Amino acid sequence: MTARAIADAVRVGERSARSVVDEHLAAIEAREPELHAFNLVMGDSARATADAVDAAVARGEDPGPLAGVPVALKDNLCTRGVPTTCSSRILEGWEPPYTATVVQRVLDAGGIPIGKTNLDEFAMGSSTENSAFGATRNPHDPSRVPGGSSGGSAAAVAAGFAPLALGSDTGGSIRQPAALCGVVGVKPTYGRVSRYGLIAFASSLDQIGPFAGTVDDAALLLETIWGHDPLDSTSIGSPPAPLGDVPDVSGLRIGIVEELTDVDGIQPEVRAAVERAAAGLESAGAHVERVKVPSCVYGLSAYYLIAPAEASSNLARYDGVRYGLRVDGADVAEMNAKTRAAGFGAEVKRRIMLGTYALSAGYYDAYYGQAQKVRTVIIRDFARAYESFDVLLSPTAPTTAFELGAKTEDPLAMYLSDVCTIPTNLAGHAAITVPFGTGAFDLPVGVQVLAPALGEPDMFRVARAIEGLAP
Amino acid sequence: MAEYEAVIGLEVHVELATTTKLFCGCPNEFGSEPNTNVCPICLGLPGSLPVLNRRVVEYALRLGEAMHFDVPSESIFHRKNYFYPDMPKDYQVSQYDHPICVEGWMEIDGTRIRIERAHMEEDTGKTQHIGGGGRIHDASHSLVDYNRAGVPLMEIVSHPDIRSAEQARAYVSELRGVLQAIGVSDVKMEEGSMRVDANVSIRPVGTGELGTKVEVKNMNSLRSLGRAIDYEIARQIAAVESGDRIVQETRGWDEAAGVSQGMRSKEGSNDYRYFPEPDLVPVAPSDEMRAEARAAVPELPAAHRTRLVAEWGVADQDARVLVDNPALAAYADQAMAVGAPGKDVANWCTGEILGFLNESGLSPEVLPLAPDGLAELIGLVADGTLSRSLAKDVLDECLREPKRPKQVVAERGLAQVSDEAELAAIVDEVLVANGDAVEEYRVGDEKVRGKKRGFIFGQVMRATDRKANAAMVNQLLDERLS
Ligand SMILES: [Zn+2]
Repeated sequence: MTARAIADAVRVGERSARSVVDEHLAAIEAREPELHAFNLVMGDSARATADAVDAAVARGEDPGPLAGVPVALKDNLCTRGVPTTCSSRILEGWEPPYTATVVQRVLDAGGIPIGKTNLDEFAMGSSTENSAFGATRNPHDPSRVPGGSSGGSAAAVAAGFAPLALGSDTGGSIRQPAALCGVVGVKPTYGRVSRYGLIAFASSLDQIGPFAGTVDDAALLLETIWGHDPLDSTSIGSPPAPLGDVPDVSGLRIGIVEELTDVDGIQPEVRAAVERAAAGLESAGAHVERVKVPSCVYGLSAYYLIAPAEASSNLARYDGVRYGLRVDGADVAEMNAKTRAAGFGAEVKRRIMLGTYALSAGYYDAYYGQAQKVRTVIIRDFARAYESFDVLLSPTAPTTAFELGAKTEDPLAMYLSDVCTIPTNLAGHAAITVPFGTGAFDLPVGVQVLAPALGEPDMFRVARAIEGLAP
Repeated sequence: MAEYEAVIGLEVHVELATTTKLFCGCPNEFGSEPNTNVCPICLGLPGSLPVLNRRVVEYALRLGEAMHFDVPSESIFHRKNYFYPDMPKDYQVSQYDHPICVEGWMEIDGTRIRIERAHMEEDTGKTQHIGGGGRIHDASHSLVDYNRAGVPLMEIVSHPDIRSAEQARAYVSELRGVLQAIGVSDVKMEEGSMRVDANVSIRPVGTGELGTKVEVKNMNSLRSLGRAIDYEIARQIAAVESGDRIVQETRGWDEAAGVSQGMRSKEGSNDYRYFPEPDLVPVAPSDEMRAEARAAVPELPAAHRTRLVAEWGVADQDARVLVDNPALAAYADQAMAVGAPGKDVANWCTGEILGFLNESGLSPEVLPLAPDGLAELIGLVADGTLSRSLAKDVLDECLREPKRPKQVVAERGLAQVSDEAELAAIVDEVLVANGDAVEEYRVGDEKVRGKKRGFIFGQVMRATDRKANAAMVNQLLDERLS
């Protein structure tokens, strides 16, 4: 049952929110031990919230467009009074005294937070194996990863634990796991969704977005959470244009990005899925062509300077002074060092060191400065492409889900899983991944639709069409 | 021995007197219970984001206008990264290479001091070390109060155009006057709402290049600023004269000991890894905001002094004292506006009235004697009703009780005796009663005559309860003693 169908039924009193929640909690109970999608299942509070929704319906009130719909929350979104860990030991015991804007908007729309989902520590990773609380497994094949870093949210939707989930996408952390788990994932335009209450990884790249089983449900959740937020200075002021509900693509100009399709190590089935989707769109009346966005090939390198640089600063505050883990030392500096040594995992430490180096005196221009220039060039190249095309097409990830442990010893191989998704973050643009059949080992494949800033309406039209064309 | 000149640049941090902090809605208040004016944003809790306080930009624009700065169309914030427990995010949000105010100046006694920049930044919390006499190295633990974290600061950085401790004091004093006049800060050095660091170097007179500079910190008053700079200049000259090299360092001024000492700097060898703050957007003040800022800049101290001297005949020194006390200057302005001569108003205001204010701790607005009352008192002296000496008594009463000067004169029968015949009779009586003094006056030298004349004058005043018209008494004595 889609989220929209659930909400419609709950709003008119056909179904109780409580029964919806109980059903999903039962599904969680059955399969969560195997998958570990959640760091915390919020059973009691979900039931209480559901009862409040039912009471509102009984009073003749409309609880809102998400009435009674369970929503899984990535565990880097602050929830007042509920532990928020970023899957890191360093936040041990911390309960935020405030709620993230997106979570509040879900609550205000009648949605029901059902749990906090697992992630790569501080969203750094592409497999959800870098979690202090253990890896999440792919519901399609538990020997394989769900992708990451929002692997818990992707797995939760794919396993039927919740119809909807929220994640964050810094270099592909929503789209790549959505593709690997066979669900829809959206990275909205930078600034479209408030980051207030999202624990920062790389502030200029982070963006919150929805996971859903269908494109329409993703639209439902996106329209609930987006829009201006005075608490986020980078939040876009103008109101968003409605996403509409038509899959009509006739007359749309669609470009297949060569640099993101002909990447090293791409599985033939993945490339074939993109080509098949393109052919389908063409027969549905779209004009499809291949297009070059040359600077995309530098995206990965630029990303691995900018994101760690910002992370090195964003993660400085975990110093043992005010909250979370503290390991005592002889003086403050030693306490800071011991706390951080014990609290952060290997990948987080690697990126903090990389970022610290990239910002250091004497290296700034060569690394961080140069990466920002690449970013400018990528934005320019995309702008040129969007002069001729309304949206662009590419694979979401080069491969289907890989086995646990396959890439943990080789960070660079792991980083390559995000090669198709990173340019969108660097440009501040929007992108969506839509499941499109299966590939190697009968595992889900995703096709990515990229759009310029604020291009979500066209992007969703094409996404709906691809969903209809999927095998 | 070579002649040296000092080359001094000042970095002044000023806390802005906004209602709320720089990036959140917490009260910007001094003296609250520790950690009560805090929220997720100024505590830098995970997930929180800063939103720039518009009022801070307004204040920065006023400063830009008042001190002849350029305000570029856009300025940006950077992050200054270093670990310190009183800094909640372990980075400070501050402006770096694109500040809001660039290249301004102030004129100090006819010399133009160029000001490199003025930028916005957030203040840190305060750490208190417990045990071990309050020093960090022996403390058993430390307590941090984040009430001050996120309080808006402006840092105003001068070019090294200052040449003496005296000029440095004059610069800070003038800066304080300007900040006060434009209403952006309380500028209390003693309470720490204004903090001054001095970069001092010396060089042989006539050479152009700059010597190695030493930064001196911890001066908590204008007086200590002057002392610290004088000390540093002397220290550097002595070092150079004895063949030592000046080491670039930061020194802390110890006011009680009157010396400075090299600091083990907490930030000494830091690489701050500045980069643009991604959580904030560029600051681009609109034309309307700029116009509002221009309109909000009132008459500045220099112009005010000039007006007092040129239009009202106030002495330079009195003009300075008045303008340094803006509320008193406003009081004086009102007294002058109702017709009292500026010179007299300034005399009373910078003398007896300022003395009374200092002693009572009151501000001019709450004095029982309104400015037009002071004008009335000045009129009573001018028309001969009161001697200057009795006028002081009247003023004293009017500063303590809500009475007009004329009312006090009437109640106490203080009107001056100016009847010539009446005064002549009294003078004659005094001369007869003090025959010895008169005799000594006649035979004495210049010194004795002055003394005796004063004595006799005093006896006349005493005989009239000080109500005698002093000028007439002097004239009568002149006639009789010659
Ligand atoms: Zn605050």
